[in-house]
Amino acid sequence: MMHAWIVATLVALAAGCVGFFVVARRAAFAAHALPLGAFPGAAAASLMGVNEFWGLAGFSVLGVLAIGQLQRVGRREIASALWLAGALALGVLLLNLSGRYAQSVYGLLFGDLLGIDTTQMAVVAAFSGLTVALVAWVARPLLLDSLSSELASAAGGRASALEFAFLGILALSTAIAVPVVGAMLVFSLMVGPASAARAFTDRPWRALVIAVGICLVTVWSAIALAYLTNWPVGFFVGVLSSFCYVAGRLRGGTTALAQVA
Amino acid sequence: MGAISAFGLMGGFWSNQPVRVALAVGGGAALVCAVVGLSTVMRRQAFAGHALADVSGAGGSAAYLLGINPLFGFLGMAAGAAGVMEWAQVRDARERDLLTGVVLGAGLGLAALLLYLDMTVRSVSGAAITVLFGSMFTIPPSIVPVALAVAAAALVASALIFRPLLVSTLSVDLARAQGVSVRTTALIHAMALALAVSLSAMTVGAILSTALLIGPAAAALRVARRPASALVLAALIGLVATWGGIALAYQSYYWTPGRGWPVSFFIVMLIICAYLVASGIARLRAGAPDAPPLSGCQEH
Repeated sequence: MMHAWIVATLVALAAGCVGFFVVARRAAFAAHALPLGAFPGAAAASLMGVNEFWGLAGFSVLGVLAIGQLQRVGRREIASALWLAGALALGVLLLNLSGRYAQSVYGLLFGDLLGIDTTQMAVVAAFSGLTVALVAWVARPLLLDSLSSELASAAGGRASALEFAFLGILALSTAIAVPVVGAMLVFSLMVGPASAARAFTDRPWRALVIAVGICLVTVWSAIALAYLTNWPVGFFVGVLSSFCYVAGRLRGGTTALAQVA
Repeated sequence: MGAISAFGLMGGFWSNQPVRVALAVGGGAALVCAVVGLSTVMRRQAFAGHALADVSGAGGSAAYLLGINPLFGFLGMAAGAAGVMEWAQVRDARERDLLTGVVLGAGLGLAALLLYLDMTVRSVSGAAITVLFGSMFTIPPSIVPVALAVAAAALVASALIFRPLLVSTLSVDLARAQGVSVRTTALIHAMALALAVSLSAMTVGAILSTALLIGPAAAALRVARRPASALVLAALIGLVATWGGIALAYQSYYWTPGRGWPVSFFIVMLIICAYLVASGIARLRAGAPDAPPLSGCQEH
């Protein structure tokens, strides 16, 4: 349980930072498609007998490349939809061939707190740190590009490179979160808290910090509730995140930042 | 999975009961999805369409828990979610994206709980895989008339609002000037979307039905020059992919002895191939002066 607590905290830190940009760039679909599309990676890894994490990471990278390529042809939502469908279809095939148990499939999709060991914890810690560092590195140009791409390109930013960097960070942060929160619900940890944060402040960086704070509270309550009721943690993450959004709307999403971001 | 291994021994493709049911329900789903998907892609609601499908999975899992017809579970949940999204009436595209994400998150959370209860209370261990990834060959024949009626209802609704919806997709002001009730049209479209999505969630599974909804329509919009031809092309791609997928899955029983490959896999792969081919054709044509007029509502 202690492992789950530490890992979930690390995941929430990364998810809060990235979620701020997911909301600002309205990339909720990509944030949903990347982790869910990485799910067949876990099935492939178990077929080949390697650590699940490498499968997830591999398919996340593939997802970034596929969405990036398909975006050049059509719109981003079409690109996300097609990548997601293709990856999942492959996942169904791999599951079918490997004959994995329904229980472990469920754990991958909706999260499993008990299956976390020390090595996994170290991997998650390393990659959460990397995610936060990368966010800090590209935060300024990325925010400028999210608010006004014209301004950003005038300031010398390259829109396509930034989009690529954003998708990469998104993939990184979601791949580590999949075994804990589940591929289905990683994104709700990003969307709900970050959208609620907009209702509290007009300043972008303060909103980012608030988003991380709400994320932490959401994850901690979800784990505590899951522990008490023995119900899946994904359920509480999903429901609490949408409460965050509703609370934000009710408090008044009319601040200046809510208008632009 | 049991049914797949069983029918392989039974021989003939056409004389096979599960195959005939799959062909009927799958064909209906493909047709409806192609028609509804076209306006969904043009209205930039691909994410909403995907969200509805995933959320309808919660309804499917509830149906297992209550022991009712799964189609009604999928339908009820999808219609409810579509209602919430239309009721919240968010104009701003950014906010609509967020709201869709939030509804999706809540619905998936619910699905997580219901599937968990399916496994623990009713001990239906395969429910998660059946609901999420579909199992065409295990559809009970008794569902066919209901499924075809739902398909017909969605098609009639789409046909009724086809023109006003097209106009209000291109320009809300123009639609108002022509006396179109934009709100009612959007609501009817949302309900048709819910019907289409629940049908395809039943057949290819909740998380793969996006392919059936978005793929054929997006492919058709890349090459078609007029709405009518896009409609015909999308329907054709959807039908060929679905029936082709069923035939391939039937064949696959002989490739890996004892275990057939999933139908959903073949259908999605055929659809993606169709999209890539359509994109290739569109790129070849790009040099030509007469670019397809419909691409205007698809690009950006």
